[in-house]
Amino acid sequence: MDVFIQQLINGLSLGSIYALIALGYTMVYGIIRLINFAHGDVYMVGAYVGFWATTQGWGFLPALVLSMVVSAILGVVIERLAYRRLRNSPKIAVLITAIGVSFLLENGGVLALGAKIRTFPNVFPEVQYHFFNGAVVITNRQLVIMVVTTLLMLLLQYVVHKTKTGKAMRAVSHDTQAAMLMGINVDNTISATFAIGSALAAAAGVLVGIYYNAINPYMGIMPGLKAFVAAVVGGIGVIPGAFVGGISLGVIEALVSGYGQSLYRDAVAFALLIIILIVKPSGLFGSNVREKV
Amino acid sequence: MKWKKGIAAVISLAFSASLLTACSGGGDKKTSANPAPADAWVIGGNFELSGGQATFGKAAVNGAQLVFDEINAKGGINGKQIKFVALDNKSEATESTNVASKLINQEKAVAILGCTTSGDTLGMVQMAMDKKVPVLSTSATNPKVTVDEKTSKTNDYIFRACFIDPFQGTVMANFSLNNLNKKTAAILTDNQAPYAKGLAQFYKEAFTKKGGQIVADESYVTGDQDFKAILTKIRATNPDVLYVPGYYEEVGKIVKQARELGMNIPVMGGDGWDSPKLVEIAGASALNNTFFSNHYSSEDKDPIVQDFVKKYKAKYNEVPDSMAVLGYDGALILVDALKRAGEPSAEKIKEALAATKDVQTVTGKISYDEFHNPIKAAAIIEMKDGKQTFKDKVQP
Repeated sequence: MDVFIQQLINGLSLGSIYALIALGYTMVYGIIRLINFAHGDVYMVGAYVGFWATTQGWGFLPALVLSMVVSAILGVVIERLAYRRLRNSPKIAVLITAIGVSFLLENGGVLALGAKIRTFPNVFPEVQYHFFNGAVVITNRQLVIMVVTTLLMLLLQYVVHKTKTGKAMRAVSHDTQAAMLMGINVDNTISATFAIGSALAAAAGVLVGIYYNAINPYMGIMPGLKAFVAAVVGGIGVIPGAFVGGISLGVIEALVSGYGQSLYRDAVAFALLIIILIVKPSGLFGSNVREKV
Repeated sequence: MKWKKGIAAVISLAFSASLLTACSGGGDKKTSANPAPADAWVIGGNFELSGGQATFGKAAVNGAQLVFDEINAKGGINGKQIKFVALDNKSEATESTNVASKLINQEKAVAILGCTTSGDTLGMVQMAMDKKVPVLSTSATNPKVTVDEKTSKTNDYIFRACFIDPFQGTVMANFSLNNLNKKTAAILTDNQAPYAKGLAQFYKEAFTKKGGQIVADESYVTGDQDFKAILTKIRATNPDVLYVPGYYEEVGKIVKQARELGMNIPVMGGDGWDSPKLVEIAGASALNNTFFSNHYSSEDKDPIVQDFVKKYKAKYNEVPDSMAVLGYDGALILVDALKRAGEPSAEKIKEALAATKDVQTVTGKISYDEFHNPIKAAAIIEMKDGKQTFKDKVQP
């Protein structure tokens, strides 16, 4: 039992990271039907900004905020330069552009920062909390990850449901043409979506940097793919779906490593993607939308 | 029938080329294709002087140069001076082949020292075997270097100054059983690194043969971030020690996360741990109570080691690392063989090298086994507050 609880804690902290990245995937897909493959690399940039800020002696919160702001701007710039002019082109053109942007960020990162790993300074000293005579251990960093993720998720729900920008986002996602006719500035709304999604990914980047203590320019590839799986599992385009998908993927991975074979962990994650696409392509939370003809 | 003509052309070309080299080789010595100049023995150096492993190559050349300077100051070998020609292979296996060819054909080297990595050394093995020039690698730890994989026969012109990968596994198994007095162990290996798998396999064999018990045997892949789930699984089996024979990046994360899970058992590994990055990633306090096997420690109190460290520091103004020591040792083994061979004949040098016995080097007394691998002790390093300290020497 104690082992199971420990694995659950491991899975929740890993899943929180996936969830934060998956939110950006799902929001962007919801609004312009694009799988933004550069998203994992925005997360990487966020981690590096956090690394820079903490090595300058900034505290955790200022570093987190700075990283989110810088990445939000990066997300908007990417959309502006790479995706906007392709908005009316075939979907595949935008998708390939996204992969191109991803390579640009990765290799640009190697060029500018070097391929070597960087380690975060000790932002806050580690505290361990023991339960069940030490059989279950949770550290303050794991708690920070879970708390920050939950807070950001709540904030996002508030933004999407209670603010004007959020309403505009939902309207554009529902029907771009009609939203435009109603006087909604579609370009700005899409920019806002990219900004919010990228900021969430950056938060994940900083949290990972502090939790695992090692970052490199290629760190975004695998978590990016996993978050994509999480977004699809939850139902791509559905915000609570991305959150649940991310958390469950993290827990599933922890349980596979813990009770099965650790080498099957990635295989199981991607098998899950295939199964969902076959059995329920709209995802756990998605509803089947009839194609308009 | 065009292809027949083509083949004929190639054969005749090859034939005339071999005639040409035979001519330019000069007719003064009938035994060797590579006669040395009359005034000096040329020893070639094929090293990583630029590229990814540049620090390895430079340190090894520094170490080797110390030996050759000493020998020359004492009057050389049988009255002949040694000329050490070290060329740059740019840390690339293909370039290593070119360098070997240059050393053999242009410099007329009687033997080649290098390279520091297994991959680069493998780049010149075929060339050296074909041209029959003895090669002594300073730190190629992969077993394949001296043994032909397909035929399992020893490459008779290839030697090395370091121990091989599997040996480290055996050493650490002995260390956990005898020095730490631990009876159960868990293994966590990098499934993508043949180096780590080799170490793990031999650790397991030695540990179980001598009465220990492996309670968990798990793997990860290079680049993994999160090890908590797998470590939780290992923790549930209650091992006395954890053996992690991977490279420093993942090892650092594993040690850190193991400590975060409250696993305060000794963690051990091999020379893949030897990097300052390890301390940065894991943190100094998490690394307390961890040990790894290495070729040598500059803090070993053995007078031979301290004497070498002093000499090296005096000349290069830095503390020698493992690569520098192995460069020095490699040169010592080579010089010893040259003395016994007495003449610059590849055949005789090769036989002398194979017969190497009890040569005193910095890393121990060296004798070769049938696979040209030195049998010698390994140093065990203990991490204390982020510093490498010498713990013990373990005999094979």
